[in-house]
Amino acid sequence: MQFIKPGININFIGRKYLAFALSGAMILATIISLVWHGGPKYGIDFAGGTVIQIKFNAATKISDIKSALRQLGIDASSVQQFGDHKNFEYLIRTDIASETADDISLKIEKTLENITGNKAEIRRVEMVGPQVGKDLREKALLAMFFALLFITIYISGRFERVWFKSAVMAGGLMLSVYVFKLFAVSIPFLMAAALIVTLILFWVLELKYAMGAIVALIHDVTITVGLFSVFDKEFTLPIIAALLTIIGYSLNDTIIVFDRIRENLRKYHKRRLDFILNKSVNETLSRTLLTSLTTLIVLIALFVLGGGIIHDFAFAMIVGIVVGTYSSIYVASPILLAWHKGLK
Amino acid sequence: MKVLSWRLITVIIVVLGAFIYVLPTFWGNIWPHKKINLGLDLQGGMHLVLEVDTEKAVEDTVERLTQELRSGLRKDRIRVQELARVNGNEISLRVKGEENIAKCEELLNSDFKDLRMLSRSKTDDELVLRLNLPDKEMDHIKRLAADQALETIRNRIDQFGVSEPDIRNQGENRILIQLPGIQDTKRAKALIGRTALLEFKLLDENGDVSAALKGDIPPGSELLYEVTHDPNTNRTVKTPYLVQKNTLLTGASLTDARVEIDSQYNEPYVSIQFDKKGGRIFSRITEQNVKKRLAIVLDGKVYSAPVIQEKISGGAARITGSFTMEQARDLAIALRAGALPAPVNVIEERTVGPSLGADSIRKGLISMCIGGLLVVIFMVIYYKGSGLIADIALLLNIVIIAGGLAGFQATLTLPGIAGIILTIGMAVDANVLIFERIREEMALGKTPRASVDAGYTRATLTILDANVTTLIAALVLFQFGTGPVKGFAVTLSLGVLASLFTALILTRLIFDYLLIHRKARTISI
Repeated sequence: MQFIKPGININFIGRKYLAFALSGAMILATIISLVWHGGPKYGIDFAGGTVIQIKFNAATKISDIKSALRQLGIDASSVQQFGDHKNFEYLIRTDIASETADDISLKIEKTLENITGNKAEIRRVEMVGPQVGKDLREKALLAMFFALLFITIYISGRFERVWFKSAVMAGGLMLSVYVFKLFAVSIPFLMAAALIVTLILFWVLELKYAMGAIVALIHDVTITVGLFSVFDKEFTLPIIAALLTIIGYSLNDTIIVFDRIRENLRKYHKRRLDFILNKSVNETLSRTLLTSLTTLIVLIALFVLGGGIIHDFAFAMIVGIVVGTYSSIYVASPILLAWHKGLK
Repeated sequence: MKVLSWRLITVIIVVLGAFIYVLPTFWGNIWPHKKINLGLDLQGGMHLVLEVDTEKAVEDTVERLTQELRSGLRKDRIRVQELARVNGNEISLRVKGEENIAKCEELLNSDFKDLRMLSRSKTDDELVLRLNLPDKEMDHIKRLAADQALETIRNRIDQFGVSEPDIRNQGENRILIQLPGIQDTKRAKALIGRTALLEFKLLDENGDVSAALKGDIPPGSELLYEVTHDPNTNRTVKTPYLVQKNTLLTGASLTDARVEIDSQYNEPYVSIQFDKKGGRIFSRITEQNVKKRLAIVLDGKVYSAPVIQEKISGGAARITGSFTMEQARDLAIALRAGALPAPVNVIEERTVGPSLGADSIRKGLISMCIGGLLVVIFMVIYYKGSGLIADIALLLNIVIIAGGLAGFQATLTLPGIAGIILTIGMAVDANVLIFERIREEMALGKTPRASVDAGYTRATLTILDANVTTLIAALVLFQFGTGPVKGFAVTLSLGVLASLFTALILTRLIFDYLLIHRKARTISI
């Protein structure tokens, strides 16, 4: 069985302006959504607060739960149905992070039972104090930064066989981050600055493959973050794990296309670059789609059957895989071409 | 032939090893006795991060020094205008008169030479001093408080009885506690978090309680409350006491604390036993203060304030209060384990009930089976016979991941299960790369054997390149992640390594076997 016939020749590169327009629109939508919502929506891992997952033995109105909580002096910022409707499970989220040892969850359980008349079981309590939230936020961003740093070193070194340049690259990046840190800028700005420095360094050092790969992965992560923001979903620790995995996966796809480009550059060294790029994308198309398909199959299984706790993680991964597949076809290679034309 | 044999040996060792390590998880107590650890999110339990208020430990030390200075001054009959702890950890001292100043400075230089002069101003016949502790000493107190708190909490949890607790320092003043499978989280939290500072203090019987309530508290005394809760009427009564600040004896002098039942009221109480020195002090206090009231203060609350009837020797005392059996038992544990050197705050808590954990395992396994089955079926339909080879590789892959988890004693979490599921989807990638290459080579008209050879040779480097990036992401995640996320990083890394192994070595072995030994003329791909 074959989905993609050998010798297929779809003119992907020819449609690059359409692709750029689409990507540009999605990134713009991301930025607008982020500005509209006032930045990413942090879950309690990063913002601090308390989440209580509670299960009743019968249907319970959300308004009843809210009024019960108000009696305790808790202004729940949200009460949501969690998971399947027939489970009568709810997620209570408040900004309160009680830093004492007295047990608020037990009080909540008792009061809810009294007011709603249903039996309640507290299944999960997560409380993160503001300081811990801030620490975790910095840790998550640092993780993203280091993943970026190591991957940059790896692709510029391994891929273009210029380990010296990649060392210069890494040094430059670390130095610039150090300098920015002296000015005590906040971590998100530090990340943005690091990304810009990375791209400038790629440009100056003429690391075109690395440039293409990094642009593609920034593209993928940005759009995933954007969709999260559009759907008003929260960023939690597992979502950061998903984003990092998307980074790895996006590069995986891009590297395989680039590998083929390198091979074809030797094989057809007299042909024009856009022909070679297009041929390489077509030759690897079957593999690109197949791997994405099998990965999507398991992720959809996880999304549908995995339960509420892992739901958002699966959602992030699905978005990331779809966008990553698109970008390895339509974004990474055209960047190479654009670079080539830019140098002429 | 020779090339074939090292591959075969490696495969046999790895696969057999993985099976051996997986078995104890499913069949109980057999060699090598390494089961896959389940994370707190899967087996249920409590994860706590406490912050030790080390600043308070410094303040306590300064307060104690202030009291010592006060009694030293009184003993030397030096009159001071003002002596108090200010700004948390500074001592303010004001002395008037030449003679007083001289004697005061002499006392400071002889008995309190560790105190640092923060500021000193002298006008006419008045000396104003600000004293505090040197930075090194403060750091030492803080570090000691954090270490002691960890030790104390470990003792308490050991006596409370939790199987396989994990208690460790995190950073300078944080303590990470993981209690798997714990049911009564409220009790555990109360036991861990209570300071359990037991103090014996005399009541200030000259002072006026009602005046103190209005804010007029005599120097050297403080206002403490006794809180009693009547379960019959469900009312809480607060009784104020005016207590001397000076602590005569603390829980540090205890050797034992146990629960006993009062035969008269049939109520549990905690009987405490002092060590030799503590017993001597206790008998001296009771001897000197007969007919006075001695307050038993626990964590700043008065538990009882009995009148001393006679000298008590023998070094035993009892703490009463309307305890339940559980409360009395936990108090005894806390007293035996000792007081925390400083209060602790819970700054992070994650509790998962056992039923939710079981739910998560079930749902995770179901999605893993369904997703895996779909991929297996898809591979057979798409690549026929070769798809079957990839499927064998996939199944062994999962066994290797499970064996790796058990062998490295890593912890399986819910995101970890997601990592395995993700690996199932991505593991076939390496095989897809190879198979697509083989198809390309065969389309060029090469023989099956040459195609397989070329396919593996040309795909190997690409596969390595592509997987290293995922591995980098997983390793960074492992370094920065906590708890559940770390579990994800572990299974993802194991999955990448296992899929590299099965795709590059194991499936190659099967292909070679079919093509060379069975002399297959065609391959089904």
